[in-house]
Amino acid sequence: MSSLLSNEQPQSSPGGRRPGAILEVRDLSVDYVMERGIVRAVQDVSFDVAPGEFVGIVGESGCGKSTLLFAIAQLLAPPAGIVGGTVIFEGENLVGLTDKQLTLVRWRDMSVVMQSAMNALNPVLSIAAQFADAMRAHGVTSKPEIAERSAEVLKMVGIDPVHLHSYPHQLSGGMRQRSMIAMAMLFTPDLVIMDEPTSALDVVAQRSMMVQIKELQQQFGFAVIFVTHDMSLVRHFTDRLMVMYAGQVTESGGTRQMFERPLHPYTVGLMEAFPSIHGPRVPLTGIPGSPPDLANPPEGCRFAPRCPQVMDRCHTTAVPMQTLDGEQVRCLLYENGEVPG
Amino acid sequence: MTGQRTSRVAGAVAPAGAPLLRTDQLARHFRIGSGWRRQVLHAVDDVSLTVGEREIVALAGESGSGKSTIARLLARTYKPTSGEIYFEGRPLSQLRSRRDMLRYRGDVPMVFQDPFASINPVFRISHGVLRSLKLHRPELSAQQRREEAERVFTAVGLTPPDEALQRFPHELSGGQRQRVGFAQALAMRPKLILADEPVSMLDVSIRIGLLNLMTQLRDEQGVSILYITHDIASARYVADRLIVMYAGQIAEQGTIEDVLADPRHPYTQLLLSAVPDPKAELNVGAETDRGEPPKVINPTPGCRFRWRCPLAIAICHEVTPRLAELAPGHDAACHVAQSGAEVKAFSP
Repeated sequence: MSSLLSNEQPQSSPGGRRPGAILEVRDLSVDYVMERGIVRAVQDVSFDVAPGEFVGIVGESGCGKSTLLFAIAQLLAPPAGIVGGTVIFEGENLVGLTDKQLTLVRWRDMSVVMQSAMNALNPVLSIAAQFADAMRAHGVTSKPEIAERSAEVLKMVGIDPVHLHSYPHQLSGGMRQRSMIAMAMLFTPDLVIMDEPTSALDVVAQRSMMVQIKELQQQFGFAVIFVTHDMSLVRHFTDRLMVMYAGQVTESGGTRQMFERPLHPYTVGLMEAFPSIHGPRVPLTGIPGSPPDLANPPEGCRFAPRCPQVMDRCHTTAVPMQTLDGEQVRCLLYENGEVPG
Repeated sequence: MTGQRTSRVAGAVAPAGAPLLRTDQLARHFRIGSGWRRQVLHAVDDVSLTVGEREIVALAGESGSGKSTIARLLARTYKPTSGEIYFEGRPLSQLRSRRDMLRYRGDVPMVFQDPFASINPVFRISHGVLRSLKLHRPELSAQQRREEAERVFTAVGLTPPDEALQRFPHELSGGQRQRVGFAQALAMRPKLILADEPVSMLDVSIRIGLLNLMTQLRDEQGVSILYITHDIASARYVADRLIVMYAGQIAEQGTIEDVLADPRHPYTQLLLSAVPDPKAELNVGAETDRGEPPKVINPTPGCRFRWRCPLAIAICHEVTPRLAELAPGHDAACHVAQSGAEVKAFSP
């Protein structure tokens, strides 16, 4: 457990291509074709995930973080579709692969844990039947083998294997989420994608789930992409953070570095949005306003209408990504490549 | 403890200094199963709590701890199995006439957890507010109702109010919808708002705005709020007093700073240790808890937390602990704490 305490930074140059990355996302864009026009939910997102790395993606509802996950896992359904960019997973571009080709990758090498286990699990099948279904779909047909592996993964997440014969409604919310994670572990994948797996749980269950995920990750060495809107939750568990706003990456860098020195005003706002149980009670403001309508995004910086440090130019100038001490930030404050003041 | 006070005569006027709302050994049980498998689920047991005037009381606990059942008991959605609720000194079981019930519901409205499910999507936002005004304040003319709706919309920060009232629910964000929920409650000139997890479905970035609204309503409109949550950090931000529930019973209560600075019940300590604190180092020790709150079915005497408690002693398995005052205004229901020993079960 003590190894959990060391929040080590990977030796990396975030955003730059690193040797041996298992996932390379380049200039990925996703459009939703709606009646009122085309909505670009994800715009030119690029990032890498190294083997065994724990990457957090943070942002408000509607910032495109779930759409990005679905695009990586090739799970988008119309009206959404990838309109540009590549997703290279273990050397192979997943964009444009057929379902048959994707079956070889999905669940064996890359698995997904959805936000709501209640909706993701089939209510009329026992847990064992759902595990068996996933294994048969990937060529494991021996009944003893299926039973043995199912019991094994359930034990890994701290659930007694007797619950294999339970139906989802017989499990508590925490146990349902744990069995979803167990299901994702069936083939010991190299990458597990998690979409707010703890948001339906209360604090105590959430905390023990995060510790559990981190333990499994350290034991089996898989990489994790973890999506959340709560920055305080991922502080101690992620190696790297990527903050998204209105479909774009606004800041990305090492978790520790970002918490010590957040650059983008949006990141600062997110960090100051949650009250603390220690120290003096200080009035907070959160981030007033709401994200822009992506069918009609603001010119210039998309955060400008809500930004406390907004300048005149922010409303008109498109903001490119800048690199600063190994961190990336999309903000005109850092135009000169240095932190002002 | 107010719970031990003798019940007042029905219909008596509340003496000065009496709490706005008081419950006396409130219990709600549900029968589950049938035939041989009939069992009784104790959702709420022996809850005596008070809410004062101009006070925000946070009711905190894990899922299944009975906090929403208490909200529904107070909203008269459920009838208590036993025990009594007193509002302004009057027992609620004496409310019989439709007029009395209407008045109580206007005095104690509820704001719900899910802002996407609690507003009718086919009507304009004005519909709900105007309708409840018509029902609860029949003395107002149509023009006055309109003005009153604009006043409450301004009070909750939905400006300009005339424009906001004309919108449809789908045009509003989650945070704005929850403000509509508070505006609807406010229109009835309430004395106490029951807010059941009002911010848990909102983004972290806009939660603060709603929490600020709650303190503003207390300070400017003089309403009390029962804030039901599992998020202790947000409770600390808005509340004056904290009541911690576990498995249907009150584990600990006191002013929020007292309880957070010096939690006496092991369960409160567990809750505090689980709050993510980005400013502190990660503290994962041997005391990491993997348990879940029990479903209290056909309970036997004993502390309901004993299975998860690292400090449980023999008496915890035999006698249900009762709330006792350990410091002025700070009560806990724990045998170990009441014996005077230092309780350090989970470090924050």
